[in-house]
Amino acid sequence: MKVEIDPGLCQGHGRCYGLAPALFREDDEGYGQVPGDGVVPPEAERDARLAALNCPEHAIELAEEG
Amino acid sequence: MAIDDRFTRDSQETGEREVTGTRSEIITGPVRDWATDFSHLEPEWSADPYPIQDDLRQRCPIARTERFGGAWLPTRHEDVAAIAHDTERFSSRSVILSNFRPPRELAPVGGSPPISSDPPFHHDARKLLLPAFTKKALARYEPATRAFCRSLIDSFAGRAVVDAAQDYAQHIPMRVIADMLGFPPQDGPRFREFVEDLLEGINLPPDERVERVSRMFDYLLEQVHDHLDEPRDDLTTYLINAELYGRKLDPSVVTGAMALLLIAGIDTSWSAIGASLWHLAKTPADRERLVAEPGRLPTAMEELLRAYAPVTMARLVKEDMHWHGVEMKAEDWILLSFPAANRDPAQFDRAHEVVIDREVNRHAAFGLGIHRCLGSHLARMELRVALEAWLERIPAFTLDDPGAVTWSAGQVRGPRTLPLRIGRPLAPSPVSHDA
Ligand code: HEM
Ligand code: SF4
Repeated sequence: MKVEIDPGLCQGHGRCYGLAPALFREDDEGYGQVPGDGVVPPEAERDARLAALNCPEHAIELAEEG
Repeated sequence: MAIDDRFTRDSQETGEREVTGTRSEIITGPVRDWATDFSHLEPEWSADPYPIQDDLRQRCPIARTERFGGAWLPTRHEDVAAIAHDTERFSSRSVILSNFRPPRELAPVGGSPPISSDPPFHHDARKLLLPAFTKKALARYEPATRAFCRSLIDSFAGRAVVDAAQDYAQHIPMRVIADMLGFPPQDGPRFREFVEDLLEGINLPPDERVERVSRMFDYLLEQVHDHLDEPRDDLTTYLINAELYGRKLDPSVVTGAMALLLIAGIDTSWSAIGASLWHLAKTPADRERLVAEPGRLPTAMEELLRAYAPVTMARLVKEDMHWHGVEMKAEDWILLSFPAANRDPAQFDRAHEVVIDREVNRHAAFGLGIHRCLGSHLARMELRVALEAWLERIPAFTLDDPGAVTWSAGQVRGPRTLPLRIGRPLAPSPVSHDA
């Protein structure tokens, strides 16, 4: 699984880096960021889904891999 | 003595713009039909707006009133979200619905940027403040906030009943903002007057409103002068030195931003803390769960923010248009109810229930789109610390007299009298959270 934030939609609500700090972080203005390549280790998939489902702006995309 | 002639009396006065704009007839009194004559200023609404909103969501779903010179009230999440995201057709020129519409020329800046601003100006005004309001930047205020909450609880010693709104919730955001801005901590009660004047004085005669507003700006200017004489590491000094478009800010922008933080940051957090304690006082199962499992608090808090979202905003319609089934006219108000959106069953399962461990919760308590609450990370810190400190020392509490609870009127809703029976607070724990 991979996560990505659409910077055109993100408004910095911070639900993602609150719920899944291992997968997301905030930039200097509070917008969400995905450090690294966004590949989600299997044990963090639940957190990734939770973050996506709680983002008020629907800015988080999850891509399930093959 | 620092010289900065942006802030002399003269430049303030000559800089002042003449107040034009449009006034509409003040209509008060009982609502005849909420679908055609709504008013968020009537006591029925402040006592319990949710049944009204639920009924309108099924019936309308966009209600109308001729009060305030004409206004609409969308009640579905979908409509609220669409308006919050559509800054082309809906202006933030005034976000407090009243009988006064500020002049159109005020856009895109508005009277208190960034909340009153539209694109493209909005982004610049907001960008100026964003770095000071990230979760990381605000963490430094947490230990002092916790110590302050504990000191408030210490002051309850010997009392069986305390007013959690007046004696607790209210003081927390006032102290934190005073700290951030570098204002004297004992000035808290004055901030409260300013806030009440602005948010609850909507139907006062115009002269009286203007007089009250200028009292606040006199105070803020005094604080600016104090910081010019003696700069320190706080938000006021930061704003005085900040630059936009290569120039220092206009004094009115500096005092405007300060005013906005006072107005936007106090009533709101006060309401959220109060409503959360009110819910926990009357819902023993939820309270016991959080006492037993404090780790659930962040999730629970989001649910309390959803169910008792304190803040409703306003917009002004830019041009005549047919919108989602109604005929909107230019200059009609929109009462943008995030609380109503948060209880839309099309968006949330068991929307009208508080589900304390609700995990999927895409609520809109902090707004949606470009105006997303700048203070949301601060508000969450205040709410979390206030509840943690309370539950640690006062794990059991009940409403002393449910009939004595009162709620604020207007666009920020929360308990203003909240007598709780607390028994005897536990002794402070020797192990501290924040070390
Ligand atoms: C639980 C507490 C709070 C709630 C529910 C809340 C809610 C909101 C909402 C719904 C908006 C959106 C306005 C709009 O769409 O027009 C907003 C904006 C704003 N809030 Fe908050 N707020 C809270 C606390 C705070 C605090 C503590 C501060 C700062 C000290 C703050 C500062 C602001 C500012 C400056 C804006 C304007 C942002 C912009 O227009 O870009 N708020 N708030
Ligand atoms: S939750 Fe959504 S809007 Fe908020 S920071 Fe994360 S991606 Fe951005």
